[in-house]
Amino acid sequence: MSVNLEKLGSQLSRNLKQYTMLIALVAVVLFFNTQSSGRLLSPMNVSNLIFQNAYVIILAIGMLLCILTGGNIDLSVGSVVGVIGAVAGRLIITEKMDVHLVMAICVAAGIAIGMWQGFWIAYVRIPPFIVTLAGMLVFRGLTLIILGGQTIAPFPDAFKQYTTGFLPDIIGRTHIYIPELWGIRLNIDMTVNGLSLVAGGLVSAAYVAVQLYSYLNRRRKGYATAGNLRGLIVRLVAVSAVLVTLFITMGTYVNERMPAGVPTVLVLLGILLLLYSFFTTNTVMGRHLYAIGGNQKAARLSGIKTNAMMFFAYVNMAVLASVAGLVMAARLNSAAADTGDGFELDAIAACFIGGASAYGGIGTVGGTLIGALLMGVLNNGMSLLGIPTSVQKVVKGLVLLTAVAFDVISKKQTALPPFRLPFKRKAKPEVMAL
Amino acid sequence: MANTLLEMRGITKTFPGVLALSNVNMAVEEGEIHALCGENGAGKSTLMNVLSGIYPHGAYEGDVLYDGKPCEFRSMKDSERHGIVIIHQELALVPYLTIAENMFLGNERQRRGRIDWNITYEKAREYMAVVGLNEDPRTLVKDIGMGKQQLLEIAKALAKNVRLLILDEPTSSLNESDSQRLLDLLLQFKREKGITSILISHKLNELAYVADKITVLRDGMAIETLTKGVDEITEERIIRGMVGREIVDRYPKRESFLTGEVALEVANWTVYHPLYTERKLVDNVHLTLRRGEVVGIAGLIGAGRTELAMSIFGKAYGAKISGILKKDGRQLWLNSIPDAIQNGLAYITEDRKGDGLILTNSVKHNVTLAHPKAISRHGILDKDREVHSVEAYRQKLGIKCPTVEQLVGNLSGGNQQKVLVGKWMFAEPEIMMLDEPTRGVDVGAKYEIYQIINQLVAQGKSILLISSEMPELLGMCDRIYVMCEGRMVAELPRKEATQEIIMNHIMQASKGEIGA
Repeated sequence: MSVNLEKLGSQLSRNLKQYTMLIALVAVVLFFNTQSSGRLLSPMNVSNLIFQNAYVIILAIGMLLCILTGGNIDLSVGSVVGVIGAVAGRLIITEKMDVHLVMAICVAAGIAIGMWQGFWIAYVRIPPFIVTLAGMLVFRGLTLIILGGQTIAPFPDAFKQYTTGFLPDIIGRTHIYIPELWGIRLNIDMTVNGLSLVAGGLVSAAYVAVQLYSYLNRRRKGYATAGNLRGLIVRLVAVSAVLVTLFITMGTYVNERMPAGVPTVLVLLGILLLLYSFFTTNTVMGRHLYAIGGNQKAARLSGIKTNAMMFFAYVNMAVLASVAGLVMAARLNSAAADTGDGFELDAIAACFIGGASAYGGIGTVGGTLIGALLMGVLNNGMSLLGIPTSVQKVVKGLVLLTAVAFDVISKKQTALPPFRLPFKRKAKPEVMAL
Repeated sequence: MANTLLEMRGITKTFPGVLALSNVNMAVEEGEIHALCGENGAGKSTLMNVLSGIYPHGAYEGDVLYDGKPCEFRSMKDSERHGIVIIHQELALVPYLTIAENMFLGNERQRRGRIDWNITYEKAREYMAVVGLNEDPRTLVKDIGMGKQQLLEIAKALAKNVRLLILDEPTSSLNESDSQRLLDLLLQFKREKGITSILISHKLNELAYVADKITVLRDGMAIETLTKGVDEITEERIIRGMVGREIVDRYPKRESFLTGEVALEVANWTVYHPLYTERKLVDNVHLTLRRGEVVGIAGLIGAGRTELAMSIFGKAYGAKISGILKKDGRQLWLNSIPDAIQNGLAYITEDRKGDGLILTNSVKHNVTLAHPKAISRHGILDKDREVHSVEAYRQKLGIKCPTVEQLVGNLSGGNQQKVLVGKWMFAEPEIMMLDEPTRGVDVGAKYEIYQIINQLVAQGKSILLISSEMPELLGMCDRIYVMCEGRMVAELPRKEATQEIIMNHIMQASKGEIGA
């Protein structure tokens, strides 16, 4: 009996730790939503949140891979965002070149930038901090040169549609009327973007199906890692409820001038998140990234091409930075000299808030997403409440510090053997000599 | 009768959920060398950490009496003020500072915050002379060998006016002659200065040589204290106390699996230092390894054994590597570590924490790291298969961990070593080069590792065993090469080899060099 209690207790504390940042995110969302009397989660603001934070999420995914290789960061991403925006502006607005061709050129430029920095980092072995600090200056300078000190605007719709628009509502507006369900009064009576409704249903159904399939598959093969069914059901219900609510909220956003609904950039984000989640957890290359960050010498002696992996991480970062550059240029509808200034810090903060280790080898895409959203909601929420930007910066800085401090302290406690009793905790964390 | 310098009474130390020390009593008399031994995890280091204030007063139960007075050390500085100095297994030296700077680190010869360099160097020379360290005090620590670094640590302790010196496995990374020198130094201190020492060691022959008393710890309890002259102090006796059973034979028997087929042949192998490219580390070495054979390489530290093995392993170390490498009669050109792994070679490092394992990763991730192909298709992992196959290795090797998801950093030294061996078995090599596979591993785990070696050769694999413990080489190998200063100076079949003969070869070979 007592054993069961202990087991339950330790499971609970482990879960709490695992989901701390998620809980913090939910708390922050609820707080600002109440304080702003519901404006934070209003349909329009939810779409805004997505548009505003798309670039952070894209950059943070790339940054995560760099951080995984050993706490290495890329300081140049803000400048890369700027220079890509400048190239896009010059070629599309001034030179009137084909939008798709320019987008391809921009991504190619990202690859070139990544190869340039990756070469110095991985093969000449100059610390990434130095190389990307140099890159930060060089690419900001190039941005100024390309733009000649001017701001170029506006971009044609053909360019903007990809990242600032909404998916066309191929299903049509749907009226939902549910006065009550199973005897509970709901009073749902609204008009929703049809595609949004269907997409919400499909996405959550796909999520449930994939999770259930993998659970059943594991159980059939008799693996202990399957976990318990009750926890899974709770998670499935919670996640699909959030997904459906998110899509419906977006669907009820009625914009007079533009058809609203599912933002196109959300599709891009979804694809990137799924792709990199899979990459980091289910591929050999992803595994190698974690190994290098955990112990570079051991990784090398295990036959991992450490240089090639470092090179890859920085090329990947620059490519994602160029994608973010395109997204940003479209959102701002202009190419300006200071576009992207300070973005590298947002991305780095998102990773660390999301639980990545400053020494490398630890961190997840999911955590990074949570970190980015937490920062995004803080930004947005404080702006809604009319808090001045000066104070916002102080708050964000403290949140970053608190999140990482919390992580470090809780790691010290989890570094103990797993069969410890969760109720007997000494005031001072100790690391056991092994 | 000498007075009791230190008494520890009823020391109990728990980590959450683990009882590390249970009511340990221990008394050390002034001017004696008191040895502490026990298997990994027996509580030796924990006990010394209690004594030296690393675990502050209040973090443990029981009393520490020093000089008859109860002590409540709050930090290492506290205990150092009383003349208790601990030298850890991993040396606490800063590589890019000089010998003199290291010697007085945290204990600078200063006047109002300004370092007096004249006194610093003069005193450094004085202490260096006492420990027999022949170097310029301005030499950077990174440029002196492990043996000299250990001497420097002792000089550093002397500079702190040490009365009770605690050494945690000081000889684990030293060769035999450096070890001998260190032990003699302890005996000399005891004779001339009356310095008391507590020595933690796995090397039982050393304990028998220097110790006046030996306290044996097992599972956090002090099992017994043996006194020289009163009790019989033999290796078998101490081992019995440590493991609680008689190990009849420390090296498991194995039949001969030799087929005579040569698996690996190395000829005219020469390797230079990666930074000082005019320095030869391996000099024109010839070596053969047959299928099903365990071949040992004996030699002192710095003889070039690790460099030889690593350079064979896809040029993982060294510069200007030349020579011929043949496997199964076919010549190979291995230019990278992946090449070497592909061709069935494995090198198991001597530094499992530094170069071998990823401590922040799970057992499972570590085991599959060198051979992801076995658990993936087109670069995509099959995690279920991974759990399954690693689980099989866990059982086969007897790795003690709750699940294969356990982080390697939380395992004991012996289990970590088994994970490391398992990782390279998973890569299914035909030739395994094991570099000090039993360093810092307790007696029980050693035996298990020897059994694994025997199983491997039974499967037709070939083992190159680098070891600084000669009994291990004599107990395990079919043939032993002796290496000295980069050259192979002897090749001995097991029957002809003894410790004396091997040492003799080394001495003969190095004599010529020193004289020249």
